[in-house]
This record gives sequence, C-alpha cells and structure tokens, in this order.
Amino acid sequence: MLANLVLSFNCTYLAVLLSFIRFNKHVGNFFSSQHTNNWAVLVCTSRFWFNYRHVANTLSVYRSVKRLGIPDSHIVLMLADDMACNHRNPKPATVFSHKNMELNVYGDDVEVDYRGYEVTVENFLRVLTGRLPPSTPRSKRLLSDDRSNILIYLTGHGGNGFLKFQDSEEISNVELADAFEQMWQKRRYNELLFIIDTCQGASMYERFYSPNLMALASSQVGEDSLSHQPDLAIGVHLMDRYTFYLLEFLEDIHPASKTNMNDLFKVCPKSQCVSTPGHRTDLFLRDPGSVLITDFFGSVRKVELTTDAINLTEPITPVEDQEKEPYSYVDQLPVSEIIHQKPKQKDWHPPDGFILGLWTLIILVFFRTYGVKHLKHIF
Amino acid sequence: MGLLSDPNRRRALINLLTRLNAPICVVCYMAGVAWFMGLAFEPFTLRTYMALATGREFAAHKRKVGGMPVDWLVKTFQARGLEVYTQRFSRTLPFPDENKERYMVKGTNVYGILRAPRAPRTEALVLSAPCSLGDDNNQAVGLLLGLAQYFRNQIYWAKDIIFLVNEHDLIGMQAWLEGYHHTNTTGMDWSPLHGRGGSIQAALSLELSSDVVTSLDLVLEGLNGQLPNLDLANLFYAFCQKIGVLCTIQGKLQRNDWDSVSGYSHSVQTMMLMVMKQASGRPWGDHGLFLRYHIEAATIKGVNSFRQYKTDVSTVGRLLEGMYRKLNNLLERLHQSYFFYLMPSLSHFVSIGYYMPAFGLLAVILFLRALDLWVQLTAPPPTATEDGVAHIEQSSPGVLSVLTPLVISHVTGAALYALPIHFQQVAIEHFPVSETEAVVLTAIAVYTAGLALPHNTHRLLAGEGTEKGWRVLKLVAVLYLAVLLGCTALINFSLGFILALTLVPIAAFVTPHVPKVLSAFILVLLSPACTLLFSVFFFQSCRRYP
Repeated sequence: MLANLVLSFNCTYLAVLLSFIRFNKHVGNFFSSQHTNNWAVLVCTSRFWFNYRHVANTLSVYRSVKRLGIPDSHIVLMLADDMACNHRNPKPATVFSHKNMELNVYGDDVEVDYRGYEVTVENFLRVLTGRLPPSTPRSKRLLSDDRSNILIYLTGHGGNGFLKFQDSEEISNVELADAFEQMWQKRRYNELLFIIDTCQGASMYERFYSPNLMALASSQVGEDSLSHQPDLAIGVHLMDRYTFYLLEFLEDIHPASKTNMNDLFKVCPKSQCVSTPGHRTDLFLRDPGSVLITDFFGSVRKVELTTDAINLTEPITPVEDQEKEPYSYVDQLPVSEIIHQKPKQKDWHPPDGFILGLWTLIILVFFRTYGVKHLKHIF
Repeated sequence: MGLLSDPNRRRALINLLTRLNAPICVVCYMAGVAWFMGLAFEPFTLRTYMALATGREFAAHKRKVGGMPVDWLVKTFQARGLEVYTQRFSRTLPFPDENKERYMVKGTNVYGILRAPRAPRTEALVLSAPCSLGDDNNQAVGLLLGLAQYFRNQIYWAKDIIFLVNEHDLIGMQAWLEGYHHTNTTGMDWSPLHGRGGSIQAALSLELSSDVVTSLDLVLEGLNGQLPNLDLANLFYAFCQKIGVLCTIQGKLQRNDWDSVSGYSHSVQTMMLMVMKQASGRPWGDHGLFLRYHIEAATIKGVNSFRQYKTDVSTVGRLLEGMYRKLNNLLERLHQSYFFYLMPSLSHFVSIGYYMPAFGLLAVILFLRALDLWVQLTAPPPTATEDGVAHIEQSSPGVLSVLTPLVISHVTGAALYALPIHFQQVAIEHFPVSETEAVVLTAIAVYTAGLALPHNTHRLLAGEGTEKGWRVLKLVAVLYLAVLLGCTALINFSLGFILALTLVPIAAFVTPHVPKVLSAFILVLLSPACTLLFSVFFFQSCRRYP
C-alpha cells in the first residue's frame, strides 16, 4: 500500500521530468547523474617482491584517475608494500607497468595514504564506513557525502568469497556487502563502482544488496586471474592481464569522453584475459549505457553553453489530498524487490564418513546380537 | 571371538604362517629388490619441476708461494670493493698426511663480503672455491673473483654475498663454518671471524680445473648422506637448460630412451652411483659440510672431456649469476621440496615415499622370520611320546644363554670401534708397521676374531645346543637386526638398504640345520666388510665420465 503510493509519487515526478527532457535535449545530460564530487579508494592488499604486479595494478588505476581529474585529496591510496624502494628492485624509485620499462606508474607525485602494515581489513572497513578515530588525518579519511560517486578498486590474492590482506587476514564478501550497506544508510555515496582484480573475483560482489552499486571483476568463481608478461630485467611479472587492458582502455579516455559503462564491460575479453571478466548491474538504478566512464574515473563538471531560452512550466504542485508518511532514506527504494535473490540449491553430496560409520556400526551390532548367520543372506 | 584370541582361528593363522613363511620371505626379498630397481625406471619417477685471466694470475701466485697466496687474494678482494677477512686454522691429524708426513695441518681461509647496498645484514649467500694443491681449481678461484667484480656493480642484492676461498678443502671449510656459527664440534683450532654476514641461506661450491669445460656436473651428497633441498638441484637444471650448457649428475649424461634396455641400465647406474656415494657417508664436495647447519648447498664441477661443443668460463659465470639472482629473490629458506630423494637422472627424482617401501619389504622378512620362530617356540610339545620325559626335562634356555652372546657381540663391536685408534701407538711400538697400516690391521684382526667368536664360546653357554636355545637366540638377533637396520635406513637410506640387501637373507635363513661349511662361507661373504669391498668394485665399474 505504502509502496504503491511511493511508486506512484515517483512515477509522476519522473513523467514531469521526462517531459522536460523531451523538450530540452541539451539539458538532459546535465541532470542524468546526480553526483557533485568524485572519490576513489584504491587498495593493493599483497606484500612481498613477487607481488610487484599488484602494486603496479593499483598505481596504474591511480594514475588514470588522477589524470582524469580526481585530486589527491579525494583519493585514498592503500599500498601494502613498497616496491619502488624494495632492496630487490634494480631500478629503485620506479614501478613499471609495461615491459621494456615504457611506463613508470610511480612517477614524481604519488601520495600513498596507507602504506605497509597500515593496510589491514579493519582500516579498510573504517575508511569505507567513516568510523575512524578523531585523530586520523584528513588524507586518510573518505569524506564522501550523499552526492559522491566513489570508485573502489581492489587487487591482490583472493579466493571464493574472500580477499587476502597482507598474508595474514582476509575480508569476506559478506563483510564487504555489509560495509557498503552501512555506507548507504549513512548516505556516504550516491553511486559506487567496485572493480576487483583477483582470482575468483566475481565471488566478492555476489553478496551486495545495497542500491546503486555496479561491480566488475576480472574472473568468475573457479577461475584464476592471470598475470601479464614478466620483465626480464626486473625479474617479476609487472601487471595482471585485466588491469593491463583496463589501463590501455583508460589511456584513451580523456575528460570529455562520452564512453559509457558498456564499453568498460567489454574490456579484456576471454581471448585476451584467459579468465572471463564479469560484472553486476542489477542494483544500479540507471542504465549502464547512460553511465559515463568519467562519472567514476574522472572529476568532471561540465559546463554547457546554451543560447536557447528554456521554458520552465509552472512549478510542480505537491499532491495535497493524500496523507503520506515520511520515509527514511533507507526505505525509499524497495531493494528486496529489486534483487531477486533465491537461496542457492545445495548440491547433493553422498553421506560422509561419519554417517556411513554410524550405520555400519548399527548394522554390525544388529547382526551380532541376532547371530552372524543372518549376514550370509546379504553376502 | 576375535581373530587373535580365538584358539582355532589362531591355530589356523599360525599354520598358515609356518607353512608359507619361507616362500613369503623369498617373495618379499625379490619384491624389495625389484622395487628398488624399479625406482630408476622413468615412468615411475617424477620430473623435476629448476673470469680467465684472474685464474691464471691466481695459479702463478699459488705456485710462487707454494700454497695459498693469502696476501694477493686479500689485495684482489679489496680492489674489487669487498670487505676482506682472513681466518687461520690448524688441525692435528690422526695419521700423518700422506704427502708431507706431518701431523699438523695449518692454513688460512680468505673471504670477502659483498654487502647488500640497501638491505639490512640479516641474510647471506656463500660462493666458495677451494684452493687445492698444485694446478687444480685455479679457474674456479678466477671465476669467483670475476663474479665478485660483476656482482659488486649490481644494486639488486638483498642479501650479503660471501666469497670464500678455503685452504685444505674440507678442513678449511669446516674451520670457517665452525667459526661462523660459533660451534666447535671437531676440536679444531681456529681464529675467530672478524667479519660476518647474517644467517646463510644457501651456498655453492665451485670446482673448475680447466679453461674450457664441456659439461657441468652437480654434486649433491654431503656428510652422512645428507642431501640439500631438491629445489637447489632443480634450480641448477633449469638454468642449465635456459643457458644451454650440458649438465650432468654423477658424471652421466641425460638420456631420453628410458624404454630401451641400455637407457634403463643407464638410469640404474646413475641411481646406484648416488646410492653408493650416499652410503659412504663422506661429503663429496666442500658443500657437504654446510648441510649440517641447515644451509642448502651443492657443488658444481666443471668437466672437460674433449667434446666438440665447448662452453667457456663466461657462460658458466652467467649461469651462476642467474642462480644467485634467483636465490637472492628468496624470502625464506628452501624448504618446499624434498630433502630425501634419489636421482636416476638430473630431470627425474624419486622421493622418500617411493623408495622407503623397498627397504620396508626387506625389513618385513625379518619380522616374518621372528613371528615364525615365536610360533615354533610357543607351540605345545607333542603329548605322551616315549621321550616325553626327555622333553619335559628340557628346560627353556635361561636368560643368560641369550644375553651372553649379545654382550659379547656388543663388546666386539665396541672393540672394533675403539681399539684401532686407541692402541695405534702400542701397535707401532711392537710391530714394524706405519700408523695407517696399524689402524687397518687392528681393525681386521678384531673383525676376524669377532667372526670366530661363536666357535670359541659355544661351550661356555648352557642350553646352547638345544632346539629351543638357538631359536630364542635367533629370535632376539633377528629383531635386533631389524631395529638396527631400520634406524640406519632412517638416517641414511642408502647405507641401510645396502646392508639390508646382504644381511637380511642370510640372517633370516641360516639355522643349525643348514650345512655348516656352506653357511659359514656365505656368512663371511655377505658380512659388512665384504659388502664394502663389493661396493667399491661396483662403484668403480659404474663410474665413467661423459
């Protein structure tokens, strides 16, 4: 009943809006995305020299995001190990993403906010939910509001339903989904794009249930994400395949690009990536085709000059004759209707050892009491 | 009723055991030997998943000084920018040295440390080349110095690299290791080390005696048959393939025809060489002493067998550089792969899980024999016969009849171990022999006396000649042998297996009922001393350079 009222109210509003759009095509783009600022949280979760490629992955996304306009004050960069100054790095103070050392993603103006052992599950979740001690400096906080579009990029070693942090702890997909729900309830984002490049990455976004989340992963459950070529001078693999092709794709994006999310979903097909990248858009309210890449990767505030006059009709009169109760922010969207999550069918397994042993014991006791001669009828 | 507590069933089992005992023992023996030979068959094995001018200068200086040119080495290391330290050591030999007829060996080790430019000094790698007498091994030292210079110019080292030139091969190496780890197990006299790196992660020892090598040989066997981690052998093999150098193990080339008879016998020969080298218990390269300190080490020998395709020293240098870079990237000690294995070829290995059953089958023979004897001992005597009285009179042999031979055997063993060295001086005074001869002759004398013991002492023991008496003694002896062989096989599989191969059949089947002369002859033939002789012959026949 109440839901119906809410829906009807929304429909009326949208109808009015669409009528505007039909008249004023130029103005349409202006109102399509509701965000006013952009944030990025980029996390590399593995340490040790042979995980060089995870740091290079994160730094290449950082580089693209900075190039497209998000400033360091709006980027939270978390790197679990220092590859540029590692003892084994034959080119100190550099982190390369292409072999033959074409592109140094470390650059001169990298600002790492969480470094080394500070990258933990607890810190990551606190950054997302905003529950940090008052003494935390501003550069380590995600100060987003309800009009922020946030890009979250995770890379490292993962498995079915978890991501490994620092070789000693894990974050599960349930924790991540709950963290995003906390963010939604605290109005900490407008729209959120979640990209993960790990083995079995698709398992990490399976449990999301908050609205306005779009997710991309480099491989499905049961698949491994593979690394790109090794560099012989440095001696380790420099990048993972998915992020390598993602970087190539992003290098072609400039602040005025009109490329949308459907192109991003096509990055790194199976022929290039060997694993099958996946994405999830059912929680996202807008059509992915109308979402620009720069809505998340850049910090664009476009200005449109128009010489036409825009006719605004009478202001919308509120519907007075209906009593409506105030809804909390959370209940505005019927999330449970949007997500049709059915409980997964559990595969039938043959009874395991304990049950078998128990039944064998029962049968043996039976035959023992009633005589062994009955046993020969069976065998 | 249970299987073993029901007397009917037990009697049936025991009948089965007594009837089939001898055939089962024979089958087990054949199976054990066949299993061992099968280890070399390729489908059963697993694939293994990894500076000349200076040399001549070194040779010249060595000849000039007549030993180890310590000062020149110190200067050369310093010129390459390493921290140089020396260590003096001296050792009293038990016998005088063959060449110089003296008891005291004095020497100096020289080592240079290349500090990692940016890393803390917690870990180290060692590259060593022994300074041997005469013209041996000069190129190895030259290569070492060349590599030191090359390594000094790189910035990617995360561990300190210690370049060591040790004098008197094993003695110098042992002195250095004892000084480095602050232990003193051999009672040697050495000066403490002034310079140190961190804990040593891996070590390689070089032996190169010619300017041009045609192949590189990998030596793995160390002290008491200990082996380095298989990962080190795989690393060497991987780099050999990458750089394209011919690599061998036990001096034998790789062959691809495992299904032909000659290919199979080639693998068997390689494996037997490894088994015998391991059984001898002595380290077959300077690396063997590192293994006791849990440092994975191997020796790389350059072999020149006058083939067409030659590799020069700089290629060997590249191979070593690649290996050291890989070792540099390690974050922990090598521990992922096997520590107990046999290698029928450089690309295949047999792990302990596969070769232990061969020994297990041989040990089972002894246990079956013991069971058989036990059954015979506890079998009830036949009732009411004419000599029933005689049977009842016969008492079971006392503890003394079993204990006395055991004690005497132990005493003989202890005498064999201790007497030759303790009474060396006494032997020299009374007999016109040299020190070495005195030791060997005393050992042979004690051994022969031990062999003749049963003949001399059987009169002293009560209950000796009875049917029960020898059975009890044999039961105890067979079980004891099984335990001893088992313990030996756990520590040094090759030694345990070779001893088991010869001792088990004869121990299982000899009884007083076997013809005496034949059994005496076979016993002597299969005793450990003769086994040692046979092994030496076999070893020499298997050995051939590529």
